[in-house]
Formats: sequence, structure tokens, C-alpha cells
Amino acid sequence: MANELILLDTWVSPFGMRVRIALREKGIKFEYKEEDLTNKSDLLLKMNPIHKKIPVLIHNGKPVRESGIIVQYVDEVWHDKAPLLPSEPYPRAQARFWADFVDKKIYDTGRKIWTTKGDEQKSATEEFIGYLKTLEAELGAKPYFGGEKLGYVDVTMIPFYSWFHAYEVSGNFSIESNCPKLMAWAKRCMQHESVSKTLPDPKKVYEFILQLKKRLGIE
Amino acid sequence: MEEVKLLGWWVSPFSRRVELALKLKDLAHKSQLLLEYNPVHKKVPVLVHNGKTMAESLVILEYIDETWPNNPILPRNPYDKAMARFWAQFIEEKCNGGLWKIMWCKDEEERGKLVEEASQCFITLEGELKGNKFFGGEEIGMVDIAANFIGYWLGVVQEVSGMELVTRDKFPVLCKWMDEFVEHSVVKETLPPRDELHAEFEARLGAPSWKY
Repeated sequence: MANELILLDTWVSPFGMRVRIALREKGIKFEYKEEDLTNKSDLLLKMNPIHKKIPVLIHNGKPVRESGIIVQYVDEVWHDKAPLLPSEPYPRAQARFWADFVDKKIYDTGRKIWTTKGDEQKSATEEFIGYLKTLEAELGAKPYFGGEKLGYVDVTMIPFYSWFHAYEVSGNFSIESNCPKLMAWAKRCMQHESVSKTLPDPKKVYEFILQLKKRLGIE
Repeated sequence: MEEVKLLGWWVSPFSRRVELALKLKDLAHKSQLLLEYNPVHKKVPVLVHNGKTMAESLVILEYIDETWPNNPILPRNPYDKAMARFWAQFIEEKCNGGLWKIMWCKDEEERGKLVEEASQCFITLEGELKGNKFFGGEEIGMVDIAANFIGYWLGVVQEVSGMELVTRDKFPVLCKWMDEFVEHSVVKETLPPRDELHAEFEARLGAPSWKY
């Protein structure tokens, strides 16, 4: 049976990047459709009527939504190729816990950094560095969160590396000087083609944020 | 010998989710269910299995289902599993998240907007029942367990606050699910006594400025 995969996504979304990395790691062919989120396509509205958000993976006509759920789905269907989640229940639970941590903390706190100023921005920046340090502690001496290979938590977190420059310039701080181990991890991940091919140029991400701020009326 | 311990708080629906899953898998008789840990002091629920600890109720539910495959709470087919996870997340973030914001919102206008948003979420959720007894079909599954706050706790919150978000005339299908849920033989055992829960919420939420 032919496997038809369409990914509705947008180049700058860290959530969409997770899915692209997972598919590329596993060598799975898919059709990429760039969505203009200011003018959503009929297909997106049909496939995700509840949230109207990307990414959506359409597999043989059936939609899968929410990036973490999509990555787990891809990992289960193509389980024999570059598995991302561990095979045993306890390490799987640990991986899910940390992916959940990334999901709950990184995007929203990062967003505060580029949408606020003054004291609010300063405290968002401190909070953000705190979370990165927690992740560094979890990484420990391992090359990847997944151990010897890229795993579910790596795929969940690495897209934000393309946003680090935007956070740093907005918040006037350095992630490298605060979290050198995490930066070393990020560069290690970037050696994988699935990652380097997916993550956009950080300077373009920063330009995108500047334009988004204008559109949202944020100074 | 296997050692399973649940550290939770009797009031919390998150802790009760894990208790429910353990009971559905016939594990209650060999588990220690310690429900005295107030989350102010310690993050709960925490499951300890043979010395291995884990947190986050939905993560724990998946662990329980993978470790003890009898009486599955998640479908086995990857697509159906992805759908169940989607609805569990929707309930957690949109329904429960929405209700939480309403419960703590002091501004009347803001609360009106939040109630409208939450109503939309409940309409969507109701649609997912599709004529089935439970979200899991004939038997309860992960989505029903994730919706436990809506199934039981919400009724108590509405009594304490006077808020009427989910009523029988507005949401007949969802209320029917709530009836089935609380009557389920295993679920019943995990519900904190209504009067005690009422008293607990009164104490926490009962400030006069909040009621409406």
C-alpha cells in the first residue's frame, strides 16, 4: 500500500521542525506544504478544525495533530527505522516527562523574552536560563538526551536552537556563556543532516520575529 | 516481588487518575495507595515501581498501560492511539485549563469571555462521544480517565461557586457520560466523598467575592 504523507507546516515553527526532523531521521518521504498562517488553507482548516494550527501530518488522508503526538505516531508506525523513543517503559516515561517539560516551559517563556521589556523581560530571561540549566543537568554526561543517539527529547528541544539568536538579541543575554554544555549538545545535533537540513538560519528567525512584533503592534 | 506505590493527594483528580488506572489493571491489591501528600509540599502524583519514580499523571498512565498490558486503556492501533492522546491533551489543556482559569478569575468581563471559550471546548468534547457510552467506546479508556475532573469534580466546583457552565439542558450528551462515569464500578472506588470534597473546595475557593 502506498504511503502518502503530507505535512502542513511553516518554516519557522519549532513544532513543525520536530516532525520534519523525525521524518528525515527515519528517511521517510513526505510532501511539505508551507502554510501562510495569516491566510490558512482550506486543507488546514479541514484537517485541524479544532485548533486550526500546524503542524498537521496527513497520512493516507487521515490527519494527526499536535507535534509531540505526531512524532510518537511516526515513531510507532516506522518503529524499525532510527527509533526515537526507548523500547522499555521506564525510559519511555522519562523521555515523555522531559519532552513535556520542554513543551510547558521553553516556548512560552521564550515568547515572553521577545514580547516584553524592562523588568518583565529580565525575569523571563532569568526563568528561561533556569529551564535551560535544568535541561543541562538532565543531559549530564550523555552526548544526547536519548543517550548515544538522537532521541525523542532531542528532537523536541533542538528546534529551539534556531530561535536562540532571536532570544539572545531580544533579551540582551548570552545562552552560550550561561549554558555551554547545552550549546555543545545543540552543535552535536546539528551534525545530523535531519537537523541541519530542517533548522532555518537563526538570523532569518530573528527577522521574522521583528516583523511579527510589528504586525502584533509590539514595540 | 513487585512493589507499586502511589504518592498522591486524595483531593486531586490527577492523583485519582493514576489510582483509577491501577485499579482497572487489577493492581490495587498489591499497590500502596498513599493519598495524603498535599501538592503544596511535594509534587504529586508520583508513581514508584520497584524503586523507579515517575511524575505527570498522563505520562504515568502511559507507563502503566505499557507495563501491564491487561485491560488496555489506550488503543493498540497507532492512529487510534494518536487520536486518544490528542483528546487527552485537549481535555487537559483546553477544558481543564479553561476551567482552572475561570475558577481563579476575579474580573467579571474576563470571566464571561473565558466561560464562552470553555463552552466551545465542551461542545467540541461532547461531539467526540459519537453516541458511545464512554470516550473509550464500551469501556473507559485513557480519554475518560483524563476527563475525570469534568466527570466528577466539576459538579462539586459548580455547587460551591454557583457557576453553571455544564448543565443538563446545555450539554445533555456530556452529562449522560458524567452519569455513566461516576456509576462505573471501578471509577466509583476512586472518587473522594462528595461532602468532604465540597468542604475542601469551600475552604479554598469560597471567598465571597468569587461566588456568582
